[in-house]
Amino acid sequence: MSTLHPTLDHAGHDDSHGHGHGHHELTFIQKYVFSTDHKIIGIQFLVTTLLMLMVGGALALGVRWQLARPWEYMPIAGDLTFGRDGGQISPEYYTMLFTMHATVMIFLVIIPVLAGAFGNFLIPLMIGADDMAFPTLNMLSYWFMWPAILFFAFALGLGPEWLTHVRGGMDAGSAQGWTSYPLLSALKQAAPGSEMSQTWWLMAVTFVGVSSMMGSVNYMTTIINMRAPGMTLFRMPLTIWAMFITAILQAFALPVLTAAGFMLVADRVLGTCFFIPAGIVVNNAAPTIGGGQTLLWQHLFWFYSHPAVYIMLLPAMGMVSDMLSCMSRKPIFGYKPMVYSMAAIAGLGFIVWGHHMFISGMNPALGMTFMVSTMMIALPSAIKTFNWIGTIWGGRLQFNAVMLNCVAFVSMFIIGGLSGIFMAAVPVDIYIHDTYFIVAHFHYVLFGSTLFGVFAGIQFWFPKMWGRLMNDSVAKVHFVLSFIGFNVTFFPMHLLGVAGMPRRYADPYHFEYLSHLLPLNQVMTAAAFLMGFAQFLLLGNFVFSIFMGEKCGRNPWNANGLEWTAPSPPGHGNFDVLPVVYHGPYEYSSPISGDKDFLMQTEYIPLAQRGVESGH
Amino acid sequence: MGRFWAVFFVASAVIAVGLCWVAPSHGLWFPGTLKGGFGAGVAHSSIGKRIDDLFYLVLVIVAVTYIGTHAVLGYVLWRGATIKAEEKVLFSHGSHSLEVIWTIVPSGILLYIALYQMDVWAAYRFKEFSPKKAEAVAEVTARQFEWRIRYPARGKTLMPTPQPDDVYTVNELHVPTGRPVSISLKTEDVQHAFFVPELRIKQDAVPGLTIPVWFDVDEPRQYEMVCAELCGWGHYKMKARLIAVSDEDFGAWKDKAALEQFDDGFKKPAE
Repeated sequence: MSTLHPTLDHAGHDDSHGHGHGHHELTFIQKYVFSTDHKIIGIQFLVTTLLMLMVGGALALGVRWQLARPWEYMPIAGDLTFGRDGGQISPEYYTMLFTMHATVMIFLVIIPVLAGAFGNFLIPLMIGADDMAFPTLNMLSYWFMWPAILFFAFALGLGPEWLTHVRGGMDAGSAQGWTSYPLLSALKQAAPGSEMSQTWWLMAVTFVGVSSMMGSVNYMTTIINMRAPGMTLFRMPLTIWAMFITAILQAFALPVLTAAGFMLVADRVLGTCFFIPAGIVVNNAAPTIGGGQTLLWQHLFWFYSHPAVYIMLLPAMGMVSDMLSCMSRKPIFGYKPMVYSMAAIAGLGFIVWGHHMFISGMNPALGMTFMVSTMMIALPSAIKTFNWIGTIWGGRLQFNAVMLNCVAFVSMFIIGGLSGIFMAAVPVDIYIHDTYFIVAHFHYVLFGSTLFGVFAGIQFWFPKMWGRLMNDSVAKVHFVLSFIGFNVTFFPMHLLGVAGMPRRYADPYHFEYLSHLLPLNQVMTAAAFLMGFAQFLLLGNFVFSIFMGEKCGRNPWNANGLEWTAPSPPGHGNFDVLPVVYHGPYEYSSPISGDKDFLMQTEYIPLAQRGVESGH
Repeated sequence: MGRFWAVFFVASAVIAVGLCWVAPSHGLWFPGTLKGGFGAGVAHSSIGKRIDDLFYLVLVIVAVTYIGTHAVLGYVLWRGATIKAEEKVLFSHGSHSLEVIWTIVPSGILLYIALYQMDVWAAYRFKEFSPKKAEAVAEVTARQFEWRIRYPARGKTLMPTPQPDDVYTVNELHVPTGRPVSISLKTEDVQHAFFVPELRIKQDAVPGLTIPVWFDVDEPRQYEMVCAELCGWGHYKMKARLIAVSDEDFGAWKDKAALEQFDDGFKKPAE
């Protein structure tokens, strides 16, 4: 049904009225807790990930505190865990901090906020469906996040010892880095964090994977089968294209991570030797048996985790494309190149994983292959960037917080993309691998790009969630503080990387060649705190606006997408009438739309009117 | 207000470029820059110099792209902010020729970088002084959290297994200058990485593998040597030194080290 083109002279509105609306009463729990409504699930994901953002941010501030004041009293964390030592944290604790910071931010914030929150909320609304294809599966995909969150808490050492068997609390939290390279992660004797907490960590990652997989199957099915009449593939908003491509990426990449995770659990619990070579003596324990390969984990892990980088970016790219077009009051520049470049990123994303392993000791000839594919993946990203700038060019820009965050996305993505070229150049990567240059690069992509895109997305679609607008002035203050805090924190990291400062060092300053970097790190830490506390403005604005925000109608931004034809907030089943689509989603300032500067996808313009005004 | 934001984004780019511009003079560049003077912060190995050249090539390309894109971004923002009420918005769905241009030009540049650098990578890993051609001076074994180094006795070659007359040091890697040498990199426990920032040399030490690494050092002095792959809580304190000396001094040092190592405290009674 989805690919039916409506006849041009027949709107087809009346006959579809009231389809599929079950009017049975739902209990509170059915409606708001174990809900199968995609909008509620999306909001549940959004609220959960925003809370986790604060948790991950707190862990990051712990990392920054140690780098600014190494081995001095650390507030809160020091009192809680190291009260007897004067609040000075241990190196084990520091490794736990950056491990769990990355873990929380990647698995509980970035991936679920894009696919879980925005994917769930937007896909049915933007394609004109009344819900997801599999509503129950959708509900499960949210609730499978909670075992993951619980197990990550156990991995952090927060559970009671009789239950979690993590000996030593947070001091023995998972500390292998989010990449969990064996043998550190495979042998229990390798570190305090390699004991039970690492098993919890792997279990939690598996649950996140199950949750993502349920979502991914659902998104693909929904987008393929449930589009409204007239919503052809090339009339889909780029957000939907991005979600679709992301879902495909997840479906193909995730099984590899899940399998690798089970293999590592088997190595730890069942005594297998997938990743453990023979004769290794760690901390004077008995030598290991078996002839495994530690590099196998790196290959399997990055085979998932490199596509995952795009899982963490593509949806934001799609959303920013939609918002930039709307806020520039202008069609997206190069719609099809945008789609094709996303597809190219997804395709190439599967053959570049080796660029994380240039100095890992794999076959050097492989390094060349991966280097060329990595260089090539920069191309679709460049094309997208030029198209975003082309979209802004000549538009009537609305400088609200949505627009500002989107422009920040583009600007930060340029930095993140360009710094990637340094590490794609294998010989340069020999030097900057595992230095702060890498840290700078992925924060520019994941925070600078994705998170600013998410900030914009929250403000843009908030009216659809609650029927009220967020306060634009507060949002602007939040934007400015985040932008300044972010850049002052992360831009100097490029320089630290060039200076040769390795990642994951609890105290780099005892090396002579790094000792002069302390003052710069203190400035960066101050900026990180500014950025961290600025997020309370976002949370405050979010909560305050739910109840007190300015009320708005269905389409406060004068946008074109189908979601803006539904009531704000949409009821169960989303649309009053089944929408029929006549245009692509980007017909802003079209000459055929009369005196309005937008043209809803559902608005039918008679042929005659089009012929007269767009004939040349 | 729109003009303010156009300036805001351009200013952020100007500050970023300016920061990079003044960074070397403040020691925020390659190690050694802080000491100042001409030639400070250069790599001290031949492969390191080629890596630096490549770095600067990429830096120039990236800087031009960054400044260019942000100039255009600033322009389109300014134009969008100053558009008059009666002025029409540019109604365009894109431009095929522009798309073609900005597909072909970047891909040409990227391919150029890709091909240009291959030679450096090949030189580092298998061409020119491949580890097999360079003299193996030591076996470097990483462990939590130190480096154990084994040298063959003077005049002998490094064997894969320990020999009775081998010389050992901990956290001090002695190498001769002026010619390519190689080390056999191993780990006794978890993964580590051998990293000498001033030589630009880095290689992971992988459990179960012995990986040869070659380099040459041009200036006889001490260099700091660190671990670059997370190896546990003490990752940050695998502090070691690479001590480069001239060929004669290297031989003399090895004699002295062997003498100290095999000295069991027993002295021949005077005859």
